[in-house]
Amino acid sequence: MSRILNRRQLTAKIFELTIETPRIARKAQPGQFVVVMADESGERIPLTIADFDRESGTVTLVVMVVGASTLKLSRLKVGDRLFAVIGPLGKASEIEKLDTVAMVAGGVGAAPIYPIARAFHASGSRVITIQGSRSEDLLFWTDRLSSVSDRHIITTDDGSAGRKGLVTGPLEELFSEDTSKRIGCVYAIGPAIMMKFCSIATRPFGVRTVVSLNPVMVDGTGMCGGCRVEVDGKTRFTCVDGPEFDGHLVDWDLLLSRQKIYTKQEECSLQRISQDE
Amino acid sequence: MSEAKKTPSRRVPMAEQSPEARIRNFDEVPLGYSPDEARAEAARCLRCKKPKCVEGCPVSVDIPGFIKLIEEGEFARAAQKIKETNCLPAICGRVCPQETQCEALCILGKKGDPAAVGRLERFAADYERRQGEIELPQKAPPTGKKVAVIGAGPAGLTVAGDLILLGHQVTIFEAFHRPGGVLVYGIPEFRLPKAIVEAEVDYLRRLGIDLQLNQVIGNSIDMDELLDREGFDAAFIGVGAGLPTFMGIPGENLGGVYSANEYLTRSNLMKAYDFPNYDTPIVRGRNVCVVGGGNVAMDSARTARRLGGENVYILYRRSLDEMPARAEEIHHAQQEGIIFKLLCAPLEYLGDRQGMVCRVRCQEMELGQPDESGRRRPVPKQGAEFILDTDLVIVAIGSGANPLLTQHTEGMELNRRGYIVADENGRTTRKGVWAGGDIVTGSATVILAMGAGKAAAKDIHNYLCGLLCGNDR
Repeated sequence: MSRILNRRQLTAKIFELTIETPRIARKAQPGQFVVVMADESGERIPLTIADFDRESGTVTLVVMVVGASTLKLSRLKVGDRLFAVIGPLGKASEIEKLDTVAMVAGGVGAAPIYPIARAFHASGSRVITIQGSRSEDLLFWTDRLSSVSDRHIITTDDGSAGRKGLVTGPLEELFSEDTSKRIGCVYAIGPAIMMKFCSIATRPFGVRTVVSLNPVMVDGTGMCGGCRVEVDGKTRFTCVDGPEFDGHLVDWDLLLSRQKIYTKQEECSLQRISQDE
Repeated sequence: MSEAKKTPSRRVPMAEQSPEARIRNFDEVPLGYSPDEARAEAARCLRCKKPKCVEGCPVSVDIPGFIKLIEEGEFARAAQKIKETNCLPAICGRVCPQETQCEALCILGKKGDPAAVGRLERFAADYERRQGEIELPQKAPPTGKKVAVIGAGPAGLTVAGDLILLGHQVTIFEAFHRPGGVLVYGIPEFRLPKAIVEAEVDYLRRLGIDLQLNQVIGNSIDMDELLDREGFDAAFIGVGAGLPTFMGIPGENLGGVYSANEYLTRSNLMKAYDFPNYDTPIVRGRNVCVVGGGNVAMDSARTARRLGGENVYILYRRSLDEMPARAEEIHHAQQEGIIFKLLCAPLEYLGDRQGMVCRVRCQEMELGQPDESGRRRPVPKQGAEFILDTDLVIVAIGSGANPLLTQHTEGMELNRRGYIVADENGRTTRKGVWAGGDIVTGSATVILAMGAGKAAAKDIHNYLCGLLCGNDR
């Protein structure tokens, strides 16, 4: 178990792992995540499930190298085993047939949003996907997202692909179009700051906006409270109460500051692991 | 009584690391008896015909029996004697509250020190492990029955150890990447070296227990699937009380404010104390506030001291007399320079611009009338507040029932606080499912969880024997 069956480089810093883990594959639902450890001395880090195949017993994870733990993961080869893969954890996305749903993916968020878009698409909802990244070379899975979207809008900060600008541009436009009243729900997944601004953009329209939060975690089972966030003024544990929450009610500044608690140590770890090779 | 006169009234002292040395390392504090010391201490035991000490032991270890073997120099046999009823002696010798159990009932305790049962238990188990002569006991012939044990903590390990000897097939499912439960994530290395937990678990593996790590039952497999599809005849739930409690006061979500569960899990399970050799980071504070007065608070404070804490405070809302921590833990904490700020409670945490905690505002308390626990209730002293500088706060005020498994298990009654309802044998309201340890009782001790495990194992065995005879009650 936990053997890597396939590894694909998607961009310079983003890669895809297909992992043999039948028990998790059998139960995984869109929106859920796993906790992984690359090796015995590694951290436990949460990664949202990007795809699963119940028949072949595999789960696909998409990882962007940002620190020591993701760098360690990036060095694993086909045939290697992860030290630990635990899941599926967290609550599944609430999939229902709506007239139209808008899916907004920022950067590596394209991966976790894919199974959710697919499930909405399969439910008969019309899916409009807005996929953004800094530049063309950082885009991935555009074909996959297109295949489950009725409309697929791409944005890049520098205009090297699709429209120039941020994802919030097309998102706001959706609400000025005739279709605006038909949008029953918005999903926004990506960096915390992008999810924050998507939530601000949809707030005036009162459309339910679901975000998938990514705080620091340890066990992933509700045991430590390290991943606590404030939603509607109440403390919630992302790992068991989420990871999806109503973006209009999230205390974004708290999330952003809690994501930075270990910045110094993370730099130290990254340097150390970088020197290993 | 003539024997009693010859018995020294004081127990043989056990060497330990000096406080100055040990606050700079995570090595075990007490160093254990030498063989001569163990024999001298064993000689103090009166070998009572009706040993009171055994009555005080939740798992009924034959205490005079194993102590006699130590006195005779039969150290490995002493360990085997303990293992007849306790499969984790090296652990119990270290973390059991002997002073309120076996040793509290020792006749010697009336006029002097009681026999040092815990130290002798530890000695025998350590001796056996170091000699590498751990003999496997004879197992009963296979019954063909399968038992699933959920949680590899003290309760689960005990159930597994007892049932495997009775001939049943046992699989333990553990959510973490290491077995041991609170023994590995909660209790620090300096109080219970993890190599000892590994050795005791390894012994269970050698007995034939199948240990499956990283399995969150309820998520990856649920109870129905275990009993129906995976073919288990019975299940035991020993998942502990892993839900941290916070006070709900302002600033509790600032960076640098931890639940004790998180702080200790980072340090112990993830080995953040050995950062950067291990990747998991932990906030290191100079001025540390630990909120609470139990063993978990002492463990947190002593860990913070070792991780560079210069002023490590215990903030406890009652007085030393009401403190629930073991006397030995309080004593060790005091020796290590932990500052006890009694009769006070935090009101609010204040943060800096980065969102990290920098101060705590506290309320002074005084003791009023006794509450339902019989302890005098702390009441706020009007207008008496103070502020402490702090850069690390650890909230150790107990834990609740983690609902992850129970919410996914149909047909099993829970009480109002979410704990599993079980009878004295651990039987739940769902057929074929037992439970024990903290998920039934709420936060308690390692040995009480083991005692619950023993009772459940016996009942599960009877149930499985009934199944073999075609009787499913």
